Amino acid sequence: MPTMSKRGWITLVVLILLAVLPPLFYLGGQAFYLDLATRLVILAIAAVSLNLILGYGGLVSFGHAAFVGLGAYAVGIPAHHWLYGGWDAIATLSGWLHIPLAVGVTALFALLTGLVCLRTKGVYFIMITMAFAQMVYYLIVSIEEYGGDDGLVIDSRTELAFFDLDKPLQMYALCFLSLLVALGLVRMIVNSRFGMVLQGAKGNPERMATLGFNTYAYRLTAYVISGAMCGYAGALLGNFTTFISPEMMDWHRSGELMFMVILGGAATTIGPVLGATVFIVLEEVLSSLPHPFGIYWQLPFGLLLILVVMFIRGGLAGLFSGRKER
Amino acid sequence: MDTTLLVIQVLNGLQLGLLLFLVASGLTLVFGILDFVNLAHGSLYMLGAFVCASLTYALGNFLLAVVVALPVVGVIGYLTERVVARSLYARDHLDQVLATFGLILVFDTSAHVIWGPEGIAVPLPDWLNGQVALGSGLEVPTFRLLIIAAGLAAAGGLFWLVNYTRLGMLIRAGASNRTMVSALGIDIQMLFSLVFALGAMLAGLAGMLIAPITEANIGMGNSIIITAFVVIIVGGIGSIKGAFIAALLIGLIDTLGRAFLDDLFGLFMSSAAAENSAPAVSAMLIYLIMALVLALRPQGLFPPKVR
Repeated sequence: MPTMSKRGWITLVVLILLAVLPPLFYLGGQAFYLDLATRLVILAIAAVSLNLILGYGGLVSFGHAAFVGLGAYAVGIPAHHWLYGGWDAIATLSGWLHIPLAVGVTALFALLTGLVCLRTKGVYFIMITMAFAQMVYYLIVSIEEYGGDDGLVIDSRTELAFFDLDKPLQMYALCFLSLLVALGLVRMIVNSRFGMVLQGAKGNPERMATLGFNTYAYRLTAYVISGAMCGYAGALLGNFTTFISPEMMDWHRSGELMFMVILGGAATTIGPVLGATVFIVLEEVLSSLPHPFGIYWQLPFGLLLILVVMFIRGGLAGLFSGRKER
Repeated sequence: MDTTLLVIQVLNGLQLGLLLFLVASGLTLVFGILDFVNLAHGSLYMLGAFVCASLTYALGNFLLAVVVALPVVGVIGYLTERVVARSLYARDHLDQVLATFGLILVFDTSAHVIWGPEGIAVPLPDWLNGQVALGSGLEVPTFRLLIIAAGLAAAGGLFWLVNYTRLGMLIRAGASNRTMVSALGIDIQMLFSLVFALGAMLAGLAGMLIAPITEANIGMGNSIIITAFVVIIVGGIGSIKGAFIAALLIGLIDTLGRAFLDDLFGLFMSSAAAENSAPAVSAMLIYLIMALVLALRPQGLFPPKVR
């Protein structure tokens, strides 16, 4: 067995804990913790997808929540029509439509917006990704049939071949396995020739261009993969919460995803998972403080965010790494 | 559509545009000179409204409250620069976005702690609360005219400050080459703090002006900051002139779009289709414009000459 780095061990331990603890809590009668973990794992997938372009590609997307929302509506809209009629072509609960629709719509959205966004850089990229997310937000708000501002209740979950999503344990199993696949996929991409070019373009785009690489095309591909992966996470989130609303796409949500990536450690495999874990746990602990502190949980949370950015360079995963690994 | 409605909507658009300019000018100054992305700029707009609301009740006069609230917000901006922003100038934009996102949470929740979750209405003195007749059959609220006048005055004052005073000369010099300015013996740190405080006061003023119409409420900063970013990107980051023109443009387009787009669409599609699509398109309109500008002119419409 090859020797494992310190961070490799952390990764293994975190994933094993995530695999074992929540189901044990559930079987011990504490269903709440499984719910919390399900949300955590889904957000971790979204953070992993953001890490691919933000961490490894240096593309600071401030609109990733739009992909989550689009993925969720790709579940909610067919389910809505299945129940209330109209749009026969997509009115179904079948996962054979929901999942490809979520992934396909978000991939297409990433492709079309990426074509424009990736022509800009720096703060312009941050702002234009945000602008496109706002467009989707207002688009959904203005469609009254799907609830507009009030959101949409998903009455029936997606029907999949091997998982019954109405059963919390199976829901969690699907989300956790999806997280493993997402982590593996990103790791594979990052270590491939494609990933090398992507990371090279982050460090020194001129050099990569001089070497003959079309960095635009590489970045666009990564952006589409990231968007589609995030859309998949959105489909899971819609199925989990069974209530979706434009609020999922608010720019605050995009900021939170960025925070998870940075807090955990950008451009590391396990970083986004650590970030999502700390985020969810903190949110839960702080907001359940005794009244009146609980309702003001965002105050310590915001202070913590500022302190993390100011003092913890490289995120939590960076704390565990030797000098060689970064 | 009749002329009265058109005039009123144009005035509304002008009012929104001027408020946007007050917020965006601080944002573009701070970005142009300090290369600092301040998401929390909208919180200063919100704090301006709340501080002014409290002072209006304490002092019994709205205009007096504005005069007292302005330096208060300036001090808040100054402290924000000293405590948080200063250590982030050397960082990349990602860190700045995240830290100022944290600042938003801190400011918003602090406002929640101090003023409670409900909005606070700001009463106007009687002479501002009425209507002014403009021509035959056209009445406009007096206060809206005051907002437009105050916005224009603030814009004029800022132009004068930046273009014809020593401080303005230093600000412009700092925007072009901050190393050179500090090499010439200017206290660049002090200059940065002043710029930040100035931006805070402008944003705060916008908040104070809108508070009697919308109430002071916690979410108000978050809704305007994104539009203000659209303004400075369309106008060209760092350019006050660009921010002014883009702010009026965005204010007018947004207001007129919401008011008249369904009529316009009705000219070439069925009225049902127009009624369905117009709200969506008008809400997305300013973002469409921003995407278009970035795609065609990535530096904005009026980029500052030296960057």
